[in-house]
Amino acid sequence: MQLALIVHLLVIMTIYGILAISLNLVVGATGLFNLGHAAFYGIGAYASALLMMAGVPWPIAAVGAMVVAGFVAFIIGIPTLRLVGDYLAVVTMGLGEITRAIFKNWISLTRGPMGLPGIPHASLFGVLEFDTAEKFLGLGVVCLVLVYLVAQRLLYSPFGRVLKGIREDETAVQALGKNVYRFKMAILIIGSAMSGLAGSLFAHYITFIDPSSFVMWLTFFIFLIIVLGGLGNNLGAVAVTVIFVGLREGLRFVGLPGWLNPAALQQLIFGVLLIVATIFVPRGLIPERKVVYK
Amino acid sequence: MLRYAVSGRTSVSIFAQLLVNGLIAGGTYALAAVGYSMVYGALKFINFAHGSVAMVGAYTAFVLVAFLKLPVIVAFLAAMALTAVLGVFVERVAYRPLRRAPKLASLTTAIAVSFVLDASVMILMGADIRTFSLTGMSSFQLGPVFVTPVQAAIVATSLVFMVALYWLLTRTKLGKAIRAVADGVNLAEISGINTNLVISSVFAIGSALAAAAGALIGMDTNLQPTMGFIITVKAFAAVVLGGLGNVWGAVVGAFVIGIAENLGVWYIPPVWKDSIAYGILILVLFFRPAGIFGKKEEGQATVL
Repeated sequence: MQLALIVHLLVIMTIYGILAISLNLVVGATGLFNLGHAAFYGIGAYASALLMMAGVPWPIAAVGAMVVAGFVAFIIGIPTLRLVGDYLAVVTMGLGEITRAIFKNWISLTRGPMGLPGIPHASLFGVLEFDTAEKFLGLGVVCLVLVYLVAQRLLYSPFGRVLKGIREDETAVQALGKNVYRFKMAILIIGSAMSGLAGSLFAHYITFIDPSSFVMWLTFFIFLIIVLGGLGNNLGAVAVTVIFVGLREGLRFVGLPGWLNPAALQQLIFGVLLIVATIFVPRGLIPERKVVYK
Repeated sequence: MLRYAVSGRTSVSIFAQLLVNGLIAGGTYALAAVGYSMVYGALKFINFAHGSVAMVGAYTAFVLVAFLKLPVIVAFLAAMALTAVLGVFVERVAYRPLRRAPKLASLTTAIAVSFVLDASVMILMGADIRTFSLTGMSSFQLGPVFVTPVQAAIVATSLVFMVALYWLLTRTKLGKAIRAVADGVNLAEISGINTNLVISSVFAIGSALAAAAGALIGMDTNLQPTMGFIITVKAFAAVVLGGLGNVWGAVVGAFVIGIAENLGVWYIPPVWKDSIAYGILILVLFFRPAGIFGKKEEGQATVL
């Protein structure tokens, strides 16, 4: 029983780890204020679940989830990435709500608030079935490591240097002849596609999804993780994910008085933490490594 | 495709009713939007917590009416005053330490503040829907349309406050200082303006008006700890439509949004009503990012 719980937590950590890394690429490395991360996660989950329920094998459904999430990011990016950051924040927040309204109200496709039950387990063309939490943990870890390696590779490449340049001084990057809009678009699509992959994993692990899994609160939680982990630092993001998912689940076992709403208490604690962290440790617990070129 | 096929009402009277409903909604959005716009003018950042501040104002009024049995008008004004204090406090604690930090930082704390406020009210007041249950609130007929006393009060209150705000911004020394800070904080500072005081006043005024908006929405419909989010969205859409930082543009934008979403339910199912504001927002960003009254460069990234 206890072991099962730990395995479950570890699976959730791998999924949230992917979410944290992908948001970190967009927010931490590039400085794009994306508040719709949960929407891309949800889009990935629904796309993957619906594809697989239509008979598509899991690896293709997962790629499909990434493509759909990336495509929505592209559409959202067209009007907003040319504007200053605040607009992106509100439009992506709006996207989050509209996406949830679609999940809720497009009943014929998503079954609305009743959710999608009976989503098939992930499997590799019948060779490997990920039908238990232990087996799924293996898949989760492989995906997390892959995403981590890709993200690191991106961050410490010339491409990544441009992203950080955009974060630090967009005008300067432009003056160097870089097409800032294209770089922003590329990283928004990549980050959202990774989030879509996390959504696919979630859908085929829990095997049930409904609109309530993809609320703004989730984006906020991931946000807190990357702020505390050190914006732009993927290892920090993963480390803080482990701590926070553990902490969040641990809070459920603390004996609370009946009048205290546990979800609200969680929200209150993490909210205060985020304010304190932003003011007092703006560079996170594990700050991004400063690279000096000689 | 008439979704409002109410007992024998002509489409003209339905149109008039929807238009009036739009004006009423627009009045509440305008009250919330001007504070948003003023804060953007002063600090050049989006105060995501503004809607939650309005929600706290609504609950404050509710507690004063339901538990302390104060008269509604007294409770309303007291809630505005208390919420003004909250707004000043939030700015002092969560935004001022970050004024020179990257903008991402204050946006982050603003979101955190909204979550903290929502969670606090949820813990103190419960997550359930509350209603003011005011007495003597049966609607009366005005020509072809029906309005409730609260709805009439919404229109009157928003008009009074808009006029008062216009007077404050154009005819008083504080108003002049607020406009100076909006034009450029540094220039205002070296001209001898106490910018911290001005920014605190902006938060006080904006939060008081937000409380008025929240309380009126609460009296017209009901109260919920999560109601701040949708107020933030509507007010922001109004502000962008009018041009960020332009107070009067925000008022016009608020009425456009209110009317658009109420006329919209004539054509589309009401569950999508809240998405109309987003739709307008995205269209504006596509075709006229500076808003109706904004300067062309406003809101654009440096060079395209």
